[in-house]
Amino acid sequence: MDTSLKRTPLFSAHVKAGARMVPFGGWEMPVQYSGIVEEHRAVRSAVGCFDVSHMGEFEVEGPGARASLQRLTTNDVSALEVGQVQYAVLCHPHGGIVDDLTVYRLAAERYMITVNASNIDKDWAHVTAGAGPDVRWRNVSAATGLIAVQGPRAEALVGRLADVDVTRIGYYRAASGRVAGATTLISRTGYTGEDGFELYVGADDTEALWNALLEAGRADGAVPVGLGARDTLRLEMRYALYGNDIDDTTNPLEAGLGWVVKPAKGDFIGREAIERVRAAGPTRRLVGLELAERAVARHGHPVVKDGTAIGVVTSGSYGPSVDRSIAMAYVASAHAAVGTELGVEIRGQVRGARVVKTPFHPSRVKKG
Amino acid sequence: MSNVPADLKYTREHEWAKQESGRVRVGITHFAQDQLGDVVFVELPKVGTRVRAHQTFGVVESVKAVSDLFAPVSGEIVEVNAALAQKPETVNQEPYAGGWMLVVAPSDAAEWEQLLTAAQYEQFIAEGGH
Repeated sequence: MDTSLKRTPLFSAHVKAGARMVPFGGWEMPVQYSGIVEEHRAVRSAVGCFDVSHMGEFEVEGPGARASLQRLTTNDVSALEVGQVQYAVLCHPHGGIVDDLTVYRLAAERYMITVNASNIDKDWAHVTAGAGPDVRWRNVSAATGLIAVQGPRAEALVGRLADVDVTRIGYYRAASGRVAGATTLISRTGYTGEDGFELYVGADDTEALWNALLEAGRADGAVPVGLGARDTLRLEMRYALYGNDIDDTTNPLEAGLGWVVKPAKGDFIGREAIERVRAAGPTRRLVGLELAERAVARHGHPVVKDGTAIGVVTSGSYGPSVDRSIAMAYVASAHAAVGTELGVEIRGQVRGARVVKTPFHPSRVKKG
Repeated sequence: MSNVPADLKYTREHEWAKQESGRVRVGITHFAQDQLGDVVFVELPKVGTRVRAHQTFGVVESVKAVSDLFAPVSGEIVEVNAALAQKPETVNQEPYAGGWMLVVAPSDAAEWEQLLTAAQYEQFIAEGGH
Protein backbone atom coordinates (compact mmCIF):
# COMPACT_ATOMS: atom_id res chain seq x y z
CA MET A 1 0.00 0.00 0.00
CA ASP A 2 1.04 3.55 -0.76
CA THR A 3 2.23 5.01 2.53
CA SER A 4 1.75 8.60 1.36
CA LEU A 5 -2.02 8.04 1.64
CA LYS A 6 -3.72 9.48 4.69
CA ARG A 7 -5.75 7.28 7.03
CA THR A 8 -8.82 8.02 9.13
CA PRO A 9 -9.11 7.02 12.81
CA LEU A 10 -11.09 3.96 11.60
CA PHE A 11 -8.40 2.56 9.31
CA SER A 12 -7.58 -0.47 11.45
CA ALA A 13 -11.27 -1.14 12.13
CA HIS A 14 -11.87 -1.33 8.36
CA VAL A 15 -8.94 -3.66 7.80
CA LYS A 16 -10.07 -5.88 10.68
CA ALA A 17 -13.59 -6.01 9.19
CA GLY A 18 -12.15 -7.23 5.88
CA ALA A 19 -12.87 -4.07 3.91
CA ARG A 20 -11.29 -3.62 0.50
CA MET A 21 -9.16 -0.49 0.87
CA VAL A 22 -8.52 1.83 -2.08
CA PRO A 23 -6.90 5.22 -2.64
CA PHE A 24 -9.50 7.99 -2.80
CA GLY A 25 -8.60 11.67 -3.01
CA GLY A 26 -5.31 11.10 -1.19
CA TRP A 27 -6.87 8.83 1.45
CA GLU A 28 -6.84 5.09 1.96
CA MET A 29 -10.55 4.35 2.29
CA PRO A 30 -12.87 1.31 2.33
CA VAL A 31 -14.61 0.90 -1.04
CA GLN A 32 -16.65 -2.07 0.14
CA TYR A 33 -17.07 -4.61 2.94
CA SER A 34 -19.55 -7.33 1.89
CA GLY A 35 -20.30 -5.89 -1.57
CA ILE A 36 -21.53 -2.62 -3.01
CA VAL A 37 -25.05 -3.77 -3.95
CA GLU A 38 -25.66 -5.52 -0.62
CA GLU A 39 -24.45 -2.47 1.33
CA HIS A 40 -26.57 -0.17 -0.84
CA ARG A 41 -29.68 -2.24 -0.12
CA ALA A 42 -28.93 -2.31 3.62
CA VAL A 43 -29.00 1.50 3.69
CA ARG A 44 -32.30 1.68 1.76
CA SER A 45 -33.97 -1.00 3.90
CA ALA A 46 -32.30 -0.81 7.34
CA VAL A 47 -29.26 1.26 8.33
CA GLY A 48 -25.63 1.63 7.31
CA CYS A 49 -22.62 3.31 8.92
CA PHE A 50 -20.12 5.18 6.75
CA ASP A 51 -16.67 6.41 7.70
CA VAL A 52 -16.47 9.90 6.22
CA SER A 53 -13.77 11.13 8.57
CA HIS A 54 -11.66 12.07 5.57
CA MET A 55 -13.90 15.09 4.98
CA GLY A 56 -12.58 18.45 6.12
CA GLU A 57 -13.97 20.68 8.85
CA PHE A 58 -13.06 24.35 9.30
CA GLU A 59 -14.37 26.52 12.12
CA VAL A 60 -14.70 30.25 11.77
CA GLU A 61 -15.56 32.57 14.60
CA GLY A 62 -15.61 36.22 15.52
CA PRO A 63 -17.71 39.30 14.89
CA GLY A 64 -16.88 39.08 11.17
CA ALA A 65 -17.65 35.35 10.76
CA ARG A 66 -21.04 35.82 9.17
CA ALA A 67 -19.86 38.51 6.75
CA SER A 68 -16.88 36.37 5.83
CA LEU A 69 -19.12 33.40 4.97
CA GLN A 70 -21.56 35.64 3.11
CA ARG A 71 -18.70 36.76 0.88
CA LEU A 72 -17.44 33.17 0.36
CA THR A 73 -20.56 31.06 -0.15
CA THR A 74 -23.39 31.45 -2.64
CA ASN A 75 -26.16 30.76 -0.14
CA ASP A 76 -27.59 33.23 2.40
CA VAL A 77 -25.84 32.54 5.70
CA SER A 78 -27.89 35.25 7.43
CA ALA A 79 -30.90 32.91 7.19
CA LEU A 80 -29.21 30.40 9.51
CA GLU A 81 -30.36 30.08 13.10
CA VAL A 82 -28.02 28.62 15.70
CA GLY A 83 -28.20 24.84 15.23
CA GLN A 84 -29.16 25.07 11.59
CA VAL A 85 -27.25 23.66 8.62
CA GLN A 86 -27.11 24.91 5.03
CA TYR A 87 -25.83 23.44 1.78
CA ALA A 88 -23.87 25.87 -0.43
CA VAL A 89 -21.01 26.17 -2.86
CA LEU A 90 -17.83 28.25 -2.88
CA CYS A 91 -17.10 29.85 -6.23
CA HIS A 92 -14.20 31.41 -8.04
CA PRO A 93 -14.64 34.97 -9.37
CA HIS A 94 -15.26 33.36 -12.80
CA GLY A 95 -18.20 31.40 -11.36
CA GLY A 96 -16.56 27.94 -11.36
CA ILE A 97 -17.09 25.87 -8.23
CA VAL A 98 -14.21 25.69 -5.73
CA ASP A 99 -16.13 23.15 -3.62
CA ASP A 100 -19.56 22.25 -2.30
CA LEU A 101 -20.04 22.26 1.44
CA THR A 102 -22.37 22.40 4.40
CA VAL A 103 -22.37 25.40 6.74
CA TYR A 104 -23.23 24.91 10.42
CA ARG A 105 -24.11 27.79 12.69
CA LEU A 106 -22.78 26.52 16.02
CA ALA A 107 -23.24 29.74 18.04
CA ALA A 108 -24.10 33.37 17.39
CA GLU A 109 -20.65 34.17 16.00
CA ARG A 110 -19.25 30.67 15.42
CA TYR A 111 -19.70 28.51 12.34
CA MET A 112 -18.27 25.28 10.96
CA ILE A 113 -18.01 24.31 7.31
CA THR A 114 -17.61 20.73 6.09
CA VAL A 115 -15.72 20.35 2.81
CA ASN A 116 -14.61 17.56 0.51
CA ALA A 117 -11.49 15.63 1.54
CA SER A 118 -9.70 16.12 -1.76
CA ASN A 119 -10.23 19.90 -1.56
CA ILE A 120 -9.09 20.61 2.00
CA ASP A 121 -5.87 22.42 1.05
CA LYS A 122 -7.45 24.32 -1.85
CA ASP A 123 -10.43 25.35 0.30
CA TRP A 124 -8.25 26.43 3.20
CA ALA A 125 -6.28 28.75 0.92
CA HIS A 126 -9.53 30.04 -0.59
CA VAL A 127 -11.38 30.80 2.66
CA THR A 128 -8.44 32.32 4.50
CA ALA A 129 -7.32 34.57 1.62
CA GLY A 130 -8.22 38.10 2.56
CA ALA A 131 -9.73 37.11 5.91
CA GLY A 132 -9.92 40.21 8.13
CA PRO A 133 -8.82 40.61 11.77
CA ASP A 134 -12.38 40.14 13.02
CA VAL A 135 -12.51 36.42 12.12
CA ARG A 136 -10.45 33.43 13.18
CA TRP A 137 -10.33 30.34 10.96
CA ARG A 138 -9.28 26.98 12.37
CA ASN A 139 -8.75 23.80 10.37
CA VAL A 140 -10.06 21.08 12.71
CA SER A 141 -10.11 18.32 10.08
CA ALA A 142 -7.45 16.10 11.61
CA ALA A 143 -9.00 16.32 15.09
CA THR A 144 -12.50 15.48 13.83
CA GLY A 145 -13.97 12.08 13.02
CA LEU A 146 -17.20 11.82 11.04
CA ILE A 147 -19.57 8.86 10.86
CA ALA A 148 -22.71 8.92 8.73
CA VAL A 149 -25.57 6.72 9.97
CA GLN A 150 -28.14 6.45 7.20
CA GLY A 151 -31.30 4.50 6.58
CA PRO A 152 -34.86 4.07 7.85
CA ARG A 153 -33.59 2.63 11.16
CA ALA A 154 -30.94 5.30 11.72
CA GLU A 155 -33.13 7.38 14.04
CA ALA A 156 -33.90 4.40 16.26
CA LEU A 157 -30.25 3.35 16.39
CA VAL A 158 -28.75 6.78 17.13
CA GLY A 159 -31.64 7.53 19.47
CA ARG A 160 -30.86 4.47 21.58
CA LEU A 161 -27.25 5.57 22.10
CA ALA A 162 -27.79 9.32 22.49
CA ASP A 163 -28.47 11.26 25.68
CA VAL A 164 -30.61 13.79 23.77
CA ASP A 165 -33.93 13.26 22.01
CA VAL A 166 -32.78 12.94 18.42
CA THR A 167 -36.36 12.83 17.12
CA ARG A 168 -36.43 16.57 17.86
CA ILE A 169 -33.52 17.30 15.53
CA GLY A 170 -35.09 18.38 12.24
CA TYR A 171 -33.72 17.97 8.73
CA TYR A 172 -30.62 20.13 8.23
CA ARG A 173 -30.46 20.83 11.96
CA ALA A 174 -27.74 19.78 14.38
CA ALA A 175 -27.51 19.43 18.17
CA SER A 176 -24.75 18.60 20.62
CA GLY A 177 -25.05 15.51 22.77
CA ARG A 178 -23.33 12.39 23.91
CA VAL A 179 -23.62 9.33 21.72
CA ALA A 180 -22.34 6.12 23.31
CA GLY A 181 -20.61 8.41 25.82
CA ALA A 182 -18.74 10.47 23.21
CA THR A 183 -19.31 14.21 22.80
CA THR A 184 -20.90 14.45 19.36
CA LEU A 185 -22.41 17.00 17.04
CA ILE A 186 -25.51 15.16 15.83
CA SER A 187 -26.47 16.47 12.41
CA ARG A 188 -29.59 15.37 10.56
CA THR A 189 -27.93 15.42 7.16
CA GLY A 190 -26.60 12.88 4.70
CA TYR A 191 -25.73 11.91 1.18
CA THR A 192 -27.98 8.91 0.55
CA GLY A 193 -31.57 10.16 0.23
CA GLU A 194 -32.50 8.25 3.37
CA ASP A 195 -33.25 9.66 6.81
CA GLY A 196 -30.21 9.68 9.03
CA PHE A 197 -27.45 11.52 10.80
CA GLU A 198 -23.87 12.57 10.41
CA LEU A 199 -22.04 12.35 13.72
CA TYR A 200 -19.05 14.65 14.26
CA VAL A 201 -16.87 13.29 17.03
CA GLY A 202 -13.31 13.75 18.29
CA ALA A 203 -10.77 11.68 16.37
CA ASP A 204 -9.86 9.76 19.54
CA ASP A 205 -13.48 8.77 20.17
CA THR A 206 -14.30 7.79 16.60
CA GLU A 207 -13.44 4.09 16.77
CA ALA A 208 -15.36 3.54 20.04
CA LEU A 209 -18.42 5.26 18.55
CA TRP A 210 -18.14 3.24 15.32
CA ASN A 211 -17.99 -0.03 17.25
CA ALA A 212 -20.87 1.01 19.52
CA LEU A 213 -23.08 1.85 16.52
CA LEU A 214 -22.42 -1.45 14.75
CA GLU A 215 -22.82 -3.42 17.98
CA ALA A 216 -26.05 -1.69 19.06
CA GLY A 217 -27.35 -1.79 15.49
CA ARG A 218 -26.84 -5.49 14.92
CA ALA A 219 -30.52 -6.24 15.57
CA ASP A 220 -31.50 -3.44 13.17
CA GLY A 221 -29.37 -4.95 10.43
CA ALA A 222 -26.71 -2.22 10.70
CA VAL A 223 -23.70 -2.80 8.46
CA PRO A 224 -20.57 -0.83 7.61
CA VAL A 225 -20.85 0.75 4.15
CA GLY A 226 -17.98 1.70 1.87
CA LEU A 227 -17.44 4.47 -0.64
CA GLY A 228 -18.76 2.26 -3.47
CA ALA A 229 -22.30 2.20 -2.09
CA ARG A 230 -21.99 5.81 -0.95
CA ASP A 231 -21.53 6.63 -4.62
CA THR A 232 -24.47 4.54 -5.93
CA LEU A 233 -26.75 5.91 -3.17
CA ARG A 234 -25.92 9.54 -3.93
CA LEU A 235 -26.16 8.94 -7.69
CA GLU A 236 -29.73 7.64 -7.35
CA MET A 237 -30.50 10.97 -5.60
CA ARG A 238 -28.66 12.94 -8.30
CA TYR A 239 -26.50 14.52 -5.61
CA ALA A 240 -23.43 16.06 -7.21
CA LEU A 241 -20.00 14.62 -6.43
CA TYR A 242 -17.19 17.15 -6.54
CA GLY A 243 -14.56 16.17 -9.10
CA ASN A 244 -17.11 14.18 -11.12
CA ASP A 245 -20.21 16.33 -11.67
CA ILE A 246 -18.97 19.70 -10.47
CA ASP A 247 -15.51 21.23 -10.44
CA ASP A 248 -13.57 24.45 -10.98
CA THR A 249 -14.87 24.67 -14.57
CA THR A 250 -18.60 24.17 -13.92
CA ASN A 251 -20.90 26.88 -12.63
CA PRO A 252 -23.68 26.26 -10.10
CA LEU A 253 -26.50 27.17 -12.50
CA GLU A 254 -25.60 24.59 -15.14
CA ALA A 255 -25.09 22.06 -12.34
CA GLY A 256 -28.69 22.57 -11.18
CA LEU A 257 -27.55 24.23 -7.97
CA GLY A 258 -29.28 27.54 -8.62
CA TRP A 259 -31.33 26.90 -5.47
CA VAL A 260 -28.25 27.59 -3.32
CA VAL A 261 -27.34 30.80 -5.17
CA LYS A 262 -28.88 33.84 -3.47
CA PRO A 263 -27.81 37.00 -5.30
CA ALA A 264 -30.35 39.06 -3.32
CA LYS A 265 -28.20 38.65 -0.19
CA GLY A 266 -25.55 41.01 -1.59
CA ASP A 267 -22.10 40.51 -3.05
CA PHE A 268 -20.20 37.22 -2.94
CA ILE A 269 -17.27 35.77 -4.86
CA GLY A 270 -18.51 34.74 -8.30
CA ARG A 271 -21.80 36.62 -8.16
CA GLU A 272 -21.21 38.76 -11.21
CA ALA A 273 -20.14 35.83 -13.40
CA ILE A 274 -23.05 33.69 -12.20
CA GLU A 275 -25.54 36.49 -12.84
CA ARG A 276 -24.21 36.81 -16.39
CA VAL A 277 -24.86 33.08 -16.86
CA ARG A 278 -28.34 33.50 -15.41
CA ALA A 279 -29.14 36.36 -17.79
CA ALA A 280 -27.95 34.49 -20.89
CA GLY A 281 -29.17 31.08 -19.71
CA PRO A 282 -26.71 28.21 -19.12
CA THR A 283 -25.38 26.73 -22.37
CA ARG A 284 -25.40 23.22 -20.89
CA ARG A 285 -27.23 21.50 -18.09
CA LEU A 286 -26.54 18.61 -15.76
CA VAL A 287 -29.31 16.09 -16.42
CA GLY A 288 -30.26 12.60 -15.31
CA LEU A 289 -30.06 9.86 -17.93
CA GLU A 290 -31.62 6.44 -17.90
CA LEU A 291 -30.02 3.95 -20.28
CA ALA A 292 -32.07 1.59 -22.39
CA GLU A 293 -29.63 -1.24 -21.67
CA ARG A 294 -27.54 -2.34 -18.74
CA ALA A 295 -24.21 -1.13 -20.10
CA VAL A 296 -22.75 1.42 -17.69
CA ALA A 297 -22.20 5.02 -18.80
CA ARG A 298 -19.09 6.29 -17.04
CA HIS A 299 -17.36 9.62 -16.42
CA GLY A 300 -16.09 11.01 -19.73
CA HIS A 301 -18.28 8.99 -22.11
CA PRO A 302 -19.68 11.22 -24.89
CA VAL A 303 -23.41 11.95 -25.06
CA VAL A 304 -24.66 12.08 -28.65
CA LYS A 305 -27.74 13.16 -30.57
CA ASP A 306 -28.11 12.04 -34.20
CA GLY A 307 -24.43 11.20 -34.41
CA THR A 308 -23.19 14.52 -32.99
CA ALA A 309 -21.58 14.89 -29.57
CA ILE A 310 -23.77 17.22 -27.47
CA GLY A 311 -22.49 16.43 -23.99
CA VAL A 312 -20.49 14.25 -21.64
CA VAL A 313 -21.27 11.81 -18.83
CA THR A 314 -20.06 12.96 -15.40
CA SER A 315 -21.19 10.00 -13.24
CA GLY A 316 -22.83 6.70 -14.03
CA SER A 317 -23.52 3.33 -12.52
CA TYR A 318 -25.94 0.53 -12.16
CA GLY A 319 -28.49 1.88 -9.64
CA PRO A 320 -29.32 -1.01 -7.32
CA SER A 321 -32.63 0.48 -6.11
CA VAL A 322 -33.85 1.49 -9.56
CA ASP A 323 -32.38 -1.70 -11.09
CA ARG A 324 -31.11 -0.01 -14.20
CA SER A 325 -28.16 1.82 -15.61
CA ILE A 326 -28.33 5.54 -14.74
CA ALA A 327 -26.06 8.50 -15.25
CA MET A 328 -25.59 12.22 -14.83
CA ALA A 329 -24.34 14.20 -17.81
CA TYR A 330 -23.83 17.73 -19.03
CA VAL A 331 -25.80 18.16 -22.25
CA ALA A 332 -26.37 21.21 -24.45
CA SER A 333 -29.41 23.07 -23.07
CA ALA A 334 -31.41 22.40 -26.25
CA HIS A 335 -31.35 18.68 -25.43
CA ALA A 336 -31.89 18.88 -21.68
CA ALA A 337 -35.69 18.53 -21.50
CA VAL A 338 -37.09 15.51 -19.67
CA GLY A 339 -38.06 12.87 -22.21
CA THR A 340 -35.38 13.77 -24.78
CA GLU A 341 -33.95 10.66 -26.46
CA LEU A 342 -30.15 10.74 -26.59
CA GLY A 343 -27.32 8.24 -26.85
CA VAL A 344 -24.22 7.50 -24.80
CA GLU A 345 -21.14 6.27 -26.63
CA ILE A 346 -19.74 3.38 -24.63
CA ARG A 347 -16.62 1.69 -26.04
CA GLY A 348 -17.41 3.00 -29.52
CA GLN A 349 -21.02 1.86 -29.52
CA VAL A 350 -23.97 4.22 -29.05
CA ARG A 351 -26.48 3.03 -26.45
CA GLY A 352 -29.91 4.60 -26.09
CA ALA A 353 -30.44 6.99 -23.16
CA ARG A 354 -33.34 9.22 -22.17
CA VAL A 355 -33.34 12.39 -20.09
CA VAL A 356 -35.43 11.61 -17.00
CA LYS A 357 -36.73 13.39 -13.92
CA THR A 358 -34.51 13.19 -10.89
CA PRO A 359 -34.01 11.95 -8.25
CA PHE A 360 -33.96 8.55 -9.92
CA HIS A 361 -35.21 7.01 -6.66
CA PRO A 362 -37.64 8.83 -4.32
CA SER A 363 -35.94 10.71 -1.50
CA ARG A 364 -36.97 9.74 2.02
CA VAL A 365 -35.11 12.41 3.93
CA LYS A 366 -37.09 13.75 6.85
CA LYS A 367 -38.08 17.20 5.63
CA GLY A 368 -39.73 19.77 7.88
CA MET B 1 -10.44 -18.93 -0.04
CA SER B 2 -9.65 -19.44 -3.70
CA ASN B 3 -12.01 -21.72 -5.55
CA VAL B 4 -10.16 -23.32 -8.48
CA PRO B 5 -11.80 -26.52 -9.79
CA ALA B 6 -9.17 -29.12 -10.72
CA ASP B 7 -10.89 -30.24 -13.93
CA LEU B 8 -10.70 -26.82 -15.66
CA LYS B 9 -7.92 -24.94 -17.42
CA TYR B 10 -7.20 -21.24 -16.93
CA THR B 11 -5.79 -18.08 -18.47
CA ARG B 12 -3.65 -15.40 -16.86
CA GLU B 13 -6.57 -13.04 -17.55
CA HIS B 14 -8.72 -15.12 -15.17
CA GLU B 15 -10.94 -17.02 -17.59
CA TRP B 16 -11.65 -20.70 -17.11
CA ALA B 17 -12.07 -23.21 -19.95
CA LYS B 18 -13.78 -26.57 -19.84
CA GLN B 19 -13.63 -29.40 -22.40
CA GLU B 20 -17.09 -30.62 -23.37
CA SER B 21 -16.99 -33.27 -26.11
CA GLY B 22 -14.68 -31.34 -28.36
CA ARG B 23 -16.03 -27.91 -27.50
CA VAL B 24 -14.78 -25.43 -24.93
CA ARG B 25 -17.01 -23.67 -22.43
CA VAL B 26 -15.65 -20.35 -21.10
CA GLY B 27 -16.30 -18.15 -18.09
CA ILE B 28 -14.43 -16.06 -15.52
CA THR B 29 -12.97 -17.47 -12.32
CA HIS B 30 -14.12 -17.11 -8.75
CA PHE B 31 -11.05 -14.97 -8.13
CA ALA B 32 -11.99 -12.68 -11.04
CA GLN B 33 -15.59 -12.16 -9.94
CA ASP B 34 -14.45 -11.48 -6.39
CA GLN B 35 -11.96 -8.86 -7.57
CA LEU B 36 -14.59 -7.21 -9.77
CA GLY B 37 -17.35 -7.11 -7.19
CA ASP B 38 -21.02 -6.96 -8.19
CA VAL B 39 -21.26 -7.72 -11.91
CA VAL B 40 -23.95 -5.55 -13.54
CA PHE B 41 -23.39 -6.05 -17.29
CA VAL B 42 -21.80 -8.62 -19.54
CA GLU B 43 -21.23 -7.75 -23.19
CA LEU B 44 -20.87 -10.89 -25.31
CA PRO B 45 -20.39 -11.43 -29.06
CA LYS B 46 -22.95 -13.16 -31.27
CA VAL B 47 -23.04 -16.85 -32.08
CA GLY B 48 -20.99 -17.41 -35.24
CA THR B 49 -18.32 -14.84 -34.32
CA ARG B 50 -14.75 -16.09 -34.54
CA VAL B 51 -12.51 -15.48 -31.56
CA ARG B 52 -8.74 -15.79 -31.25
CA ALA B 53 -6.81 -17.01 -28.25
CA HIS B 54 -5.63 -14.15 -25.98
CA GLN B 55 -7.81 -11.63 -27.87
CA THR B 56 -10.75 -9.87 -26.24
CA PHE B 57 -14.22 -11.23 -26.96
CA GLY B 58 -16.31 -9.07 -24.66
CA VAL B 59 -16.51 -6.97 -21.54
CA VAL B 60 -17.69 -7.50 -18.00
CA GLU B 61 -18.73 -4.48 -15.95
CA SER B 62 -19.09 -4.28 -12.21
CA VAL B 63 -20.36 -1.27 -10.29
CA LYS B 64 -16.82 0.10 -10.04
CA ALA B 65 -14.88 -1.40 -12.92
CA VAL B 66 -14.82 -2.45 -16.58
CA SER B 67 -12.79 -5.49 -17.54
CA ASP B 68 -12.06 -7.11 -20.90
CA LEU B 69 -12.77 -10.77 -21.45
CA PHE B 70 -10.10 -12.85 -23.23
CA ALA B 71 -10.64 -16.00 -25.25
CA PRO B 72 -8.70 -19.00 -23.91
CA VAL B 73 -8.70 -20.67 -27.35
CA SER B 74 -9.37 -19.73 -30.98
CA GLY B 75 -12.48 -20.84 -32.79
CA GLU B 76 -16.09 -20.12 -33.61
CA ILE B 77 -18.63 -19.21 -30.96
CA VAL B 78 -21.43 -21.78 -31.01
CA GLU B 79 -23.31 -20.68 -27.90
CA VAL B 80 -23.52 -17.58 -25.68
CA ASN B 81 -25.15 -17.33 -22.28
CA ALA B 82 -28.12 -15.08 -23.08
CA ALA B 83 -29.42 -15.39 -19.50
CA LEU B 84 -26.63 -13.06 -18.31
CA ALA B 85 -28.34 -10.13 -20.04
CA GLN B 86 -31.09 -10.26 -17.43
CA LYS B 87 -29.16 -11.79 -14.54
CA PRO B 88 -25.52 -10.67 -14.72
CA GLU B 89 -25.18 -11.32 -10.98
CA THR B 90 -25.08 -15.04 -11.82
CA VAL B 91 -21.41 -14.45 -12.67
CA ASN B 92 -20.83 -13.65 -8.99
CA GLN B 93 -23.10 -16.34 -7.64
CA GLU B 94 -22.00 -19.26 -9.83
CA PRO B 95 -18.89 -18.32 -11.81
CA TYR B 96 -18.23 -21.95 -12.85
CA ALA B 97 -21.85 -22.95 -13.51
CA GLY B 98 -24.71 -20.60 -14.46
CA GLY B 99 -22.23 -17.76 -14.95
CA TRP B 100 -20.58 -19.32 -18.04
CA MET B 101 -20.25 -16.96 -21.01
CA LEU B 102 -19.40 -18.78 -24.25
CA VAL B 103 -19.03 -22.15 -25.90
CA VAL B 104 -16.34 -22.21 -28.59
CA ALA B 105 -15.75 -24.81 -31.32
CA PRO B 106 -11.94 -24.72 -31.19
CA SER B 107 -9.92 -24.45 -34.39
CA ASP B 108 -6.52 -25.33 -32.94
CA ALA B 109 -6.38 -28.22 -30.48
CA ALA B 110 -2.77 -27.40 -29.55
CA GLU B 111 -3.89 -24.21 -27.77
CA TRP B 112 -5.57 -26.23 -25.04
CA GLU B 113 -2.20 -27.51 -23.89
CA GLN B 114 -0.91 -23.95 -23.45
CA LEU B 115 -3.56 -23.04 -20.87
CA LEU B 116 -2.73 -23.05 -17.18
CA THR B 117 -3.59 -26.09 -15.11
CA ALA B 118 -5.54 -25.60 -11.87
CA ALA B 119 -2.30 -25.94 -9.91
CA GLN B 120 -0.55 -23.37 -12.09
CA TYR B 121 -3.47 -20.96 -11.84
CA GLU B 122 -3.61 -21.33 -8.05
CA GLN B 123 0.08 -20.51 -7.91
CA PHE B 124 -0.53 -17.52 -10.21
CA ILE B 125 -3.24 -16.01 -8.02
CA ALA B 126 -1.29 -16.79 -4.85
CA GLU B 127 1.37 -14.49 -6.32
CA GLY B 128 -1.18 -11.72 -6.79
CA GLY B 129 -2.84 -12.69 -10.06
CA HIS B 130 -1.24 -10.16 -12.39
